[in-house]
Amino acid sequence: MAKPAKVLLNVPAIKADFPILQRKIRDKRLVYLDSAATSQKPRQVIDATSDFYSRYNANVHRAIYELGEEATREYEGAREKIAEFIQAKSPNEIVFTKSTTESLNIVAYGYGLKGKIQNGDEIVGTVMEHHSNHVPWHFVKDHKGAVLKYVDVDDDGILRMEQYDELLTKRTKIVTVALCSNVLGTINPVKEIAKRAHEVGAVCVVDAAQAAPHMPIDVQSLDADFLAFSGHKMLGPTGIGILYGKPEALEATEPLLGGGEMIREVHLGRASWNDVPYRFEGGTPNIAGAIGLGVAVDYLTKLGMEAIRAHEMEVTQYALDKIRRIKGVTTYGPTDVRKKAGVLAFTIENAHPHDVASILDVEGICIRSGHHCAQPLMERYDLPATARASFYVYNDLEDVDALTAGIRKVQEVFA
Amino acid sequence: MAAAYDLYQEQILDHYKHPRNKGPLPGASLHGRDSNPLCGDEVILHLKIDGSERIADVRFEGQGCAISQASASMLTTMLKGVTLPDADALDRDAIIKQLGIPLSAVRLKCALLSLHVLKLAIGKKTDNRA
Repeated sequence: MAKPAKVLLNVPAIKADFPILQRKIRDKRLVYLDSAATSQKPRQVIDATSDFYSRYNANVHRAIYELGEEATREYEGAREKIAEFIQAKSPNEIVFTKSTTESLNIVAYGYGLKGKIQNGDEIVGTVMEHHSNHVPWHFVKDHKGAVLKYVDVDDDGILRMEQYDELLTKRTKIVTVALCSNVLGTINPVKEIAKRAHEVGAVCVVDAAQAAPHMPIDVQSLDADFLAFSGHKMLGPTGIGILYGKPEALEATEPLLGGGEMIREVHLGRASWNDVPYRFEGGTPNIAGAIGLGVAVDYLTKLGMEAIRAHEMEVTQYALDKIRRIKGVTTYGPTDVRKKAGVLAFTIENAHPHDVASILDVEGICIRSGHHCAQPLMERYDLPATARASFYVYNDLEDVDALTAGIRKVQEVFA
Repeated sequence: MAAAYDLYQEQILDHYKHPRNKGPLPGASLHGRDSNPLCGDEVILHLKIDGSERIADVRFEGQGCAISQASASMLTTMLKGVTLPDADALDRDAIIKQLGIPLSAVRLKCALLSLHVLKLAIGKKTDNRA
């Protein structure tokens, strides 16, 4: 059993909100430690999406009748909640997409490839990005001759800021960085990164997929030009993502999808576009997803993002203390929880991460194994794969104890 | 370790910890290599063929999970002295039977990687989907 800790979140009450956490896996309590891949969903979010389909399903922004009015009101209401959640100045700065991946592709395509980037212009990323913040920029390189540069990390997983300064030039047009690494858990100094990007006239694009669910986000303080995140990692449904952009940044971005909703007028052979943010929402959007995400934001706000962050720091600290003490186990990323989110990548001597995940699965424990869609980072550390446990509002110290016991089982099997 | 650990039965762990026929094979004439992008498992197979189209010797190299590497090790023990047509006739059921463990769809990809590499080495493509 875990030692008693100061209560930041009422985890038993939170657990009770998540139907899936009542499930047994092979007669064992489900210990879900893969929220960095996707989070579980509380009853409130599940009910909200189901309620949309059962009570007021209609297309948004078109229907004259009552159902359509309700659907539009709820959909736009979700946009307002999300704007407030990240301190945007207006709901018009919030674009609904299907994922962080789509959000980043809109920026790379619409602002980069079809917009500002000329042959020889430079884009600065980092080695710790998720594939979704690498590959869209490859397109810009391939089609526009952009030069891609990457900030390295030190062995503790901290960005080498002095190298970042050297990479910035007057040709730097875009700097793109994860607020929080999905492997190392590193929380990057994005405010400082954006400031230095702006000093050379570049915009700063922030991948907040791993940060928005876990810590307060203030786009005004960060001064990010674009910021992307996903609903499904923050208690919301799958298939809904967010792109925040400063008004001038969104105005300078061409749409990725042409179709209904995103137009003002269409004639044969030509069209004019709708206003921001609708310009980027071609096609019938994921209405239920947006509404569900709005309710997820309500849920998180009620718990308090500061309290969530403090809770995860405590769980992560406990996990670091327990797991790093086990002989034969190596952890990656910062060990100072002030610089680290609740993401813990590790390897066990003589056991492949996939075997680790298989054995933990027998114990009812869900962790991720593999390259975590961050192959360049794996190459940087010369690792084929790692195991990864990640924590959220419904995890407590007991879950960490289950993980540690599981790791010892792995070591028995591969002794 | 009881029935819950079906996947990691003694013979699998034995082949993983003490792989048979592992290493380079000088003089080998057929080679195959593939990786499993999901896990990063990698298997390389070297085959030395004698005058009568028979596998005179076989070695594998690679890295990855216990299932992929034990499967490769077991496969090499099944191939020595076998004719190329007989090797070509080996199918997934033969490998699954040899491993003798219950496999989920994801782990089936690990288990069948070495068979896929064998078919690549002898010039035949297989469907490696689970």
